[in-house]
Amino acid sequence: MAKMVNLTIDGKPVTVPEGTLVVNAAKRVGVDIPVFCYHPKMEPVGMCRMCLVEIGRPVIDRATGQAALEADGALKIQVGPKLETACTTPVSEGMVVLGSTEKAKLGREDILEFLLTSHPLDCPICDKGGECPLQNLTMGFGPGESRYLYDEKMHLAKHVPLGELIYLDRERCIQCGRCVRFQEQVADDPVIGFFQRGRSWQIVTFSEPGFDSYFSGNTTDICPVGALTTTDFRFGARPWELNSAASVCTHCPVGCNLTFNVRREAAAGGKWVVKRAMPRQNEWVNEIWICDKGRFGHHYTESMERVTEPLMRKNGELTPVTWDEALGYVTECFQAASDGLLTLAGGRLSNEDLFNLRQLTAGLGGETALYTSMAGGDLTAQVGLGQGTNFSEMGPETAILVVACDLEEEAPIWWLRVKQAAARGARLIVLNPRPTKTDRSATDVLRYPYGSEAAAVLALLNALSTKRPDLPETGQALARDPVFQSVAKAFAAAQNGVVIFGSEGTSLESSQALAQACANLLIVTDHVGRANNGLLGVWQRANDQGAWDMGFRPIPNLKESMKSASALYIVAADPAGDDPSLAEAADFLVVQDLFLTGTAKLADVVLPVQAFTEREGSFTSGERRVQRFYPAIPESPGSFADFSITAQIGQRLGMNMESRNAASVMAQIALQVPDYAGLSYTKLAEVVEQWPIVGREDLYYGGTSYENRQGIGVQLAPAVQRGASVSLSWIQPAQVGSVQATPAQTGLIAVPVTRLYDRGQMLLPSKILHLRLPEPYVALNPAEAGRLKIEDGATVEVTVTGVVVRVTVRLDEGLPEGIVLTPRSLGIPITGPTPVSLKVVDRVVA
Amino acid sequence: MTDEQTHPEYILLRHREIPDLDNLEVYRQHGGFEALQKAVASMKPDEVTNLVKASGLRGRGGAGFPTGVKWSFIDNKNWPHYVVANADESEPGTFKDREIMESNPFQFLEGVAICAYAIQAHAAYIYLRGEFWQIAATLDRQIAAMQAAGFLGENLFGTDYSLNIYTHLGAGAYICGEETAMLESLEGKLGQPRLRPPFPPSYGAFGKPTVVNNVETLTNVPLIIARGADWYHTIGPEKSPGPKIFSLSGCINRPGNYELPLGTTFRQLIFEHGGGIPNGRNVKAIMAAGASSSLIVANDVALDTPMDYESVPSVGAQLGSASIIVIDDSISIDWLINKTVHFFRHESCGKCTPCREGTFWMMHLTDRIVSGKAEWRDVELLQDVANQIKGKCLCALGDFSTEAVLSGIERFKVDFEKAAGVKDLETKPQLENA
Amino acid sequence: MNTLSEKYSQEITHILDKYPPDQKRAAVMPLLYLAQREKNYVTKSSLDEIAEILGISATEVASIVGFYSLYYDQPAGKYHVQVCTDLPCALRGAEQFLEKLCENLGIQVGETTPDGLVTIEHVMCLAGCDKAPMFQVQSGEGIAYHENQTVESAMDLIDQFRKQERRRNGHD
Repeated sequence: MAKMVNLTIDGKPVTVPEGTLVVNAAKRVGVDIPVFCYHPKMEPVGMCRMCLVEIGRPVIDRATGQAALEADGALKIQVGPKLETACTTPVSEGMVVLGSTEKAKLGREDILEFLLTSHPLDCPICDKGGECPLQNLTMGFGPGESRYLYDEKMHLAKHVPLGELIYLDRERCIQCGRCVRFQEQVADDPVIGFFQRGRSWQIVTFSEPGFDSYFSGNTTDICPVGALTTTDFRFGARPWELNSAASVCTHCPVGCNLTFNVRREAAAGGKWVVKRAMPRQNEWVNEIWICDKGRFGHHYTESMERVTEPLMRKNGELTPVTWDEALGYVTECFQAASDGLLTLAGGRLSNEDLFNLRQLTAGLGGETALYTSMAGGDLTAQVGLGQGTNFSEMGPETAILVVACDLEEEAPIWWLRVKQAAARGARLIVLNPRPTKTDRSATDVLRYPYGSEAAAVLALLNALSTKRPDLPETGQALARDPVFQSVAKAFAAAQNGVVIFGSEGTSLESSQALAQACANLLIVTDHVGRANNGLLGVWQRANDQGAWDMGFRPIPNLKESMKSASALYIVAADPAGDDPSLAEAADFLVVQDLFLTGTAKLADVVLPVQAFTEREGSFTSGERRVQRFYPAIPESPGSFADFSITAQIGQRLGMNMESRNAASVMAQIALQVPDYAGLSYTKLAEVVEQWPIVGREDLYYGGTSYENRQGIGVQLAPAVQRGASVSLSWIQPAQVGSVQATPAQTGLIAVPVTRLYDRGQMLLPSKILHLRLPEPYVALNPAEAGRLKIEDGATVEVTVTGVVVRVTVRLDEGLPEGIVLTPRSLGIPITGPTPVSLKVVDRVVA
Repeated sequence: MTDEQTHPEYILLRHREIPDLDNLEVYRQHGGFEALQKAVASMKPDEVTNLVKASGLRGRGGAGFPTGVKWSFIDNKNWPHYVVANADESEPGTFKDREIMESNPFQFLEGVAICAYAIQAHAAYIYLRGEFWQIAATLDRQIAAMQAAGFLGENLFGTDYSLNIYTHLGAGAYICGEETAMLESLEGKLGQPRLRPPFPPSYGAFGKPTVVNNVETLTNVPLIIARGADWYHTIGPEKSPGPKIFSLSGCINRPGNYELPLGTTFRQLIFEHGGGIPNGRNVKAIMAAGASSSLIVANDVALDTPMDYESVPSVGAQLGSASIIVIDDSISIDWLINKTVHFFRHESCGKCTPCREGTFWMMHLTDRIVSGKAEWRDVELLQDVANQIKGKCLCALGDFSTEAVLSGIERFKVDFEKAAGVKDLETKPQLENA
Repeated sequence: MNTLSEKYSQEITHILDKYPPDQKRAAVMPLLYLAQREKNYVTKSSLDEIAEILGISATEVASIVGFYSLYYDQPAGKYHVQVCTDLPCALRGAEQFLEKLCENLGIQVGETTPDGLVTIEHVMCLAGCDKAPMFQVQSGEGIAYHENQTVESAMDLIDQFRKQERRRNGHD
């Protein structure tokens, strides 16, 4: 219970916890003290001097040590001789803050006059106009005229690319340092910095590529002037011309809240166009940040490559047909297939889409499958993060174990939140075969050989409970390691424990073993069923958790099942595109997707769908928060959302399915899916007041991320929190293996890892990111490469499951030998650790 | 009167009486390191601090803060402790620390060591301005000599106290003379001042409690330990005891460092010691604290004012680091403040708005005034801008940049009226040996 | 890429030892002086190497280079002749001294002589106020003061540099 302090600000009494800064205390009573360099999510620096106020404090009589009193008994207050910065001054008992006196007002005018001396008169052409804190504060507090001579202004470069995503205008920069401090303190990527000093102080980047950070776009939100702008939005539109819609990012399971800004454009033939994606505040999910993939990766929704009409194969060619014809044919074939129907769905779909798919398939007696190589969604439903979990509240009492995961690559905003928790004192344990960025903030860094992730977790478990004699040798060795033992004990002793597992080097099978081992660890250490405790899966797609919740599971022998199905209904998945050997399709193949994917090209019927920007729906994040997304642009005539198409097929088959609006589907979900009981779109749209205050009239305080007025979502409680009992499930030794321990495999093993930027269908249409998308590559340890006589940058042919792909080789000292690091979604069909051979095609010419 | 004939015993510039004092053996022969031994082997750390407190020694870097009191503020709940000696000497008109380090280095080093012992630091850094390259190289050799002779390193004088001293070079930034900027620079970051509080005795080098003291301040310490606080009070006035080195420069016959008691008058320094003004000129103005000074009108009252921390304010200035720049009547004050403003514009670190933008603006205004392209309202604007900077900055540099400007315009208005009205006015001093 | 570590490994270790082991960043300033030894400025590759040695980003090292006057990120003359023209020196004729010196060398302040030997700069107070006119010479080897100078003595010194250079090149 923090000690409370009483003070007055501009005459208004306010009581706040000890340690609160004056600038924040003022906000509590609706007094907006202007700031530039201060940001509520960063340490104060007192640089810009905009927040100068007069501060009076009670006088303490030196002799008695008591507060001196006026004649009328009031506290004697001494106002300091100099103005003080409200952002660096913590409140104290009896303090009197005066922000509206002549002296304070003149102080603000002076600072603004100073800032405007070299600031260019760019407003008419500056992107920030209309949402610019400098504009707002100049109007509110600045001088009406400048006494500075134009010719004496400092002239600096105006179109400096800090990397190709962010442009810097050095003349506009007011040296508030927010961007540099954000990169250093929040993103831990100090890739931009100041150069020179005094009036010549300017921002530079020396990383390669420039501004090499997944969080660079956030600096354009918090920059109080138009110095930092994104190439995506630069010269795009005026903020007051834009309409806004609340949405949720579709790139990863964090489920960052977005606001899409849209505008009707003549250049697009009168269509509504998405101009930019901005963060929307949700302090339980992404605070006020989004990563660059979410910010710049929305262009796929407007790609010209999208399928716009239903297609049917006639005479061997896919030909446009009417919806009626297409759906009629599909219905016929599904009816014939009956329980031979296999529905394969991807995690890009919304809960409503998935629910209807399940209804339809179950109605015919068919089978559903989730297209993923990661298991565990059923376990998170049981022992996932407790309801009320918030990373922002985790501190010294919490232990976080991150296993088999490159968290910044797989879910950047979770990496950021975990890093901040560690900075607040949480014990961060990283368990991974190779170094990742998470190591920097970790308390403990442990390694295991690729393929032994489950063994490693069980080794931790062995330090705490009955030793299992049938652990394979790698597991036994790790269990004997005193570091593993002490880390395990620390994890058990912590009041709260979270385990985050990813898919670094895993296959579907090993992922199942890993998820189960993690669940066991949590159960044994009693870190389940409460807020800030539980299991978190870093799924490969945004709504994989929703898919699990709607009844979809990955199936072990997907290829065989696909071959033996009588009808295949593939929705938002591209198995043939990922792996050409899956091209042997079933008798009847329907593909429902945005693009003419590799699988779609083989289909009998292709059904086009609306993108998430054109419709409503809900996603369930990895933390099991159900969140609503809203249409940002009107739907094209004659287009349908996934759930609607499925329902229409179902209706034609005589099923009672909801096809008209997503809210009604959600109503059905609430009735039929026990975990989702009580949910409704109304509930999902509820909001609460969040801190810090962003947007509104106070742009300069938190930046231009959007206020959340359309829903913070609802976090579901895992089964164990609702009273269900959960038991340990022991894994057979065969499932707990090591890729390298198996004697047969003495050659190279390719292991799959995830990169944030890949060459997947959802990212390729974002041309702005093309320089950041890696070319297809694999990585080797330099010693290994030396033995194979392969140089950095050489071109090799890698053969995986019989498919030959040409890739570049990169060297990475952090890799163990014998391992070929193979990123997913770069064109190499890898689904799990697998033997691989490399053949040099082109050496590097010196 | 010359130094050799009538100067009382040198306390700080002892090399002027004792040749080769920068040789360790010679230094030893003259009582060198006895104070260090006394402190480490027979006094408790607190006792050392209390003795320095009792002596009344005040910081000689310009702020004049009681040294012993500063040492006593060190946070004894947070370890390790550090001493950082401020050898950044970049204030124009200041060159006293340089002479100490060049010619009486061991007394300075001994002072560093005693301070370290008093606060139980086991590592001390000497932050020298980058231009003092040669001095740093020599100090490194002298530190090694002290180590070889058992005055630095492990288990000094048979106790369990150990100490290492390291030199660290700056690289050309006046702002690094500000103690928290110095600590940032030592840590390998930009040399920019920190927010205060916290102050270095709580949060200093590498986040640990640190005492930062000027070179001259530390050089006083060995003799205070050796001879006692009472002895120290016999020199100088009551409120500012001890010797002070005055750096005398500018329009003067004998520029140089003068070790004199605080309380010596300007007249004595300039005319008796400094030999008066060359070329038959008269003294027009005095800057007592280098470029950061208010300009003192050099009338009789001012000239007879004692140079100590309490008296100088009576003529509208501060003594500061006692870097006395003498300005004769051939100099036009608008030219002078153009020089000081250029200095501050060059040295402004850029962190806070009023100093960064204000020094740049003042520079443009003074450039125009000096080149005859200004009108009187530009002079008034210059005053406005200077007043706008004052009291709003993150550190003292911003305030200092306005001292000469505001006092210059107020007290030497004629020069500015001329500059604003008349086009061609020769203001530059002539080359002496043309 | 590892030229500094190869050439100066002992010295680098000695430098790192001066600072607490978990505060390697503190060594950036002395390492930058080391990097300037060969060419009197900090090359991009030395900058990257220093970043790697200290475990900080290249941008953080670049910030230091940019902030401080004595680090150069661009090549210039072999010898930087840096004349103090600050107030106390100016009161003793430093500005005229600099003017004449530049005239004799045939270049402006900030420029380099055509043979690439000397760059003339004017700098702020060097704490040599009682020995004006004075200047310091910064080269890869460090900084040396030259005080109580006349234009003649300064030109003599520059001539000596020239002779030294010729001898060095002659022996190559």
